[in-house]
Amino acid sequence: MSELSGIGVGRGIAIGPVARMSPPPPAPEDQSSELSLEDETQRVKEAVAAVAAELDERGRAVGGTAKDVLEAQAMMAQDPTLEESVQTRLKAGKTGEFAVHAAFAEFRETLEQLGGYLGERASDLSDVAQRVIASLRGLPAPGVPDPGHPFVLVAEDLAPADTALLDLEKVQALITIQGGPTSHTAILAREKSITAIVGVAEASELTEGEQVIVDAVAGTVFTHPTAAQVSDAEVRRAARDAEAAAPLTPGALADGTSVPLLANLGSFKSANKAVALGAEGVGLFRTEFLFLSADEAPSVDEQREAYQKVLEAFPGQKVVVRALDAGADKPLSFLNDQPEENPALGLRGLRALMANEAILKDQLTALAQAQENTEADLWVMAPMVSTVEEAEEFTALAKEHGLATAGVMVEVPSIALMADELMSRTDFASIGTNDLTQYTMAADRMLGSVASLQDPWHPAVLRLIRQVGAAGITSGKPVGVCGEAAADPLLAVVLVGLGVNTLSMSPAALADVRAELKLHTFDEAKSIAEAALTAATAAQARASALKAAQQS
Amino acid sequence: MSSTRTVTVASSQGLHARPAKLFVEAAQSAGAEVTIAKGEKSVNAASILGVLSLGVEKGDEVVLTAEGENEEQTLDSLETFLKTDHDEAS
Repeated sequence: MSELSGIGVGRGIAIGPVARMSPPPPAPEDQSSELSLEDETQRVKEAVAAVAAELDERGRAVGGTAKDVLEAQAMMAQDPTLEESVQTRLKAGKTGEFAVHAAFAEFRETLEQLGGYLGERASDLSDVAQRVIASLRGLPAPGVPDPGHPFVLVAEDLAPADTALLDLEKVQALITIQGGPTSHTAILAREKSITAIVGVAEASELTEGEQVIVDAVAGTVFTHPTAAQVSDAEVRRAARDAEAAAPLTPGALADGTSVPLLANLGSFKSANKAVALGAEGVGLFRTEFLFLSADEAPSVDEQREAYQKVLEAFPGQKVVVRALDAGADKPLSFLNDQPEENPALGLRGLRALMANEAILKDQLTALAQAQENTEADLWVMAPMVSTVEEAEEFTALAKEHGLATAGVMVEVPSIALMADELMSRTDFASIGTNDLTQYTMAADRMLGSVASLQDPWHPAVLRLIRQVGAAGITSGKPVGVCGEAAADPLLAVVLVGLGVNTLSMSPAALADVRAELKLHTFDEAKSIAEAALTAATAAQARASALKAAQQS
Repeated sequence: MSSTRTVTVASSQGLHARPAKLFVEAAQSAGAEVTIAKGEKSVNAASILGVLSLGVEKGDEVVLTAEGENEEQTLDSLETFLKTDHDEAS
């Protein structure tokens, strides 16, 4: 038996035989074709048609946004511009394999040079090229294997197109060699509650069909497990299944300390699902959906109607509504149409609202009216607040409009550092860990090349959260977290230990967080938080917290 | 003979991702041969790679040219498409 370690996602445990992603075919060599131009053309045509048909077929099978991604890939395979480029190379006497390889590579380079969104599409193009080349050679398509029985999938990393197609009945667990806690695979695993361990460097040594135990809590893959280990894992898996089926209870620690578990919602459509999964209210209701498709701000009446629909789903419960958070990744021309060099540092969040006060006032008016008509306990908060004055100004404006509870989001290090002064001037704070991490680490969260810095476990981020938690305790005012961090069960315990009162997350994460909280008392949560805080790096913080949690 | 039309793109993601795919599908199903140009660069509107490589953003002006059957009708429907915001909020 041996152990391979990585970063576990969620609390799952799984046992099964390894199935590896088929590796991409080796790049074809530049050699002259021995076939006629007609024959090569025909071969390529058939291979392209087969690949496009397969992608379309898979798109139909999965539906949703994945369908669009796959259909777009099918279109790329059959693209007329690309076909011309392939044809030119065939006419020069190249093999079909090489012509496809070279033509796709040329387009890939163009897309990569354009950067940004188009640069990311470059990998879609490589995926299509590899499929066509595999088909020309009569090899199986690279991608997710289908051994016909349940398996543990081992991959270098998973692309969105791969994850969309995972048959969750068959995939017992995911192991990726690359990737960190915020990688696409980790986010997907969290969303779908799949047992996963990412960043397992040694997983490249796993062989097809060998039995492994995947323990996400420990972040460990056990190879050649003993019979005792297998039966222990089976017991834990059964216990976890029972946990998932257990009646929904309010979020609480082992000693009964209440930690309300709330939902992050982006529209009223997901409200009922959140209630069904045991959300005790809404910790972050994003209002951008009302504004994003509009050329001008929606009217007070339109807004009131939309807010009411959400509030009606949570009678007697807390619903925290975030004022319009535009800018950076979600620009709105009527708020700010000036191009900015650094939009994440620009006129966004509350700054943009203060520059367009009429829009903010309309929103507050609509919220106050919606509150009148429903039973929910409505709280309102401002996005991207950097100074105490901003917090004061927003809180006063919300109260003028008849909103009883007004607070701010803590996403900028400056306001976290001023938390003690902040809390005496507003009603509550809600920490947005995704932006707080981005601004603390000075790493653009949309940029893949600096994704490894976007880790809320970083002690620098945890120290800022501690300041806010401590200010909450001193002032007696509530501090919540609404961000990816709250959905990570162990990190959720750390947050509670740092003084956070409520946790808000995507509804799918509620069950795992609820189960983990029940394992620790408040004193234990404080020790686990202390272990993470005193680490020097994000990886050490995670490891120390895990060790402390296992001892408690 | 051919017809042209200048249109300002309304989709908040410009012609990327899903809107690009829908636009190319619409162009492919048209009876006429359509090209789309931004600035100096002109591409076949039935080519998703061509359309993506234009890097069209919200608010950009593009010129559509149709040649063949139902030119005006084709341009009408593509113009309506480009003036509509196809992005769902998330």
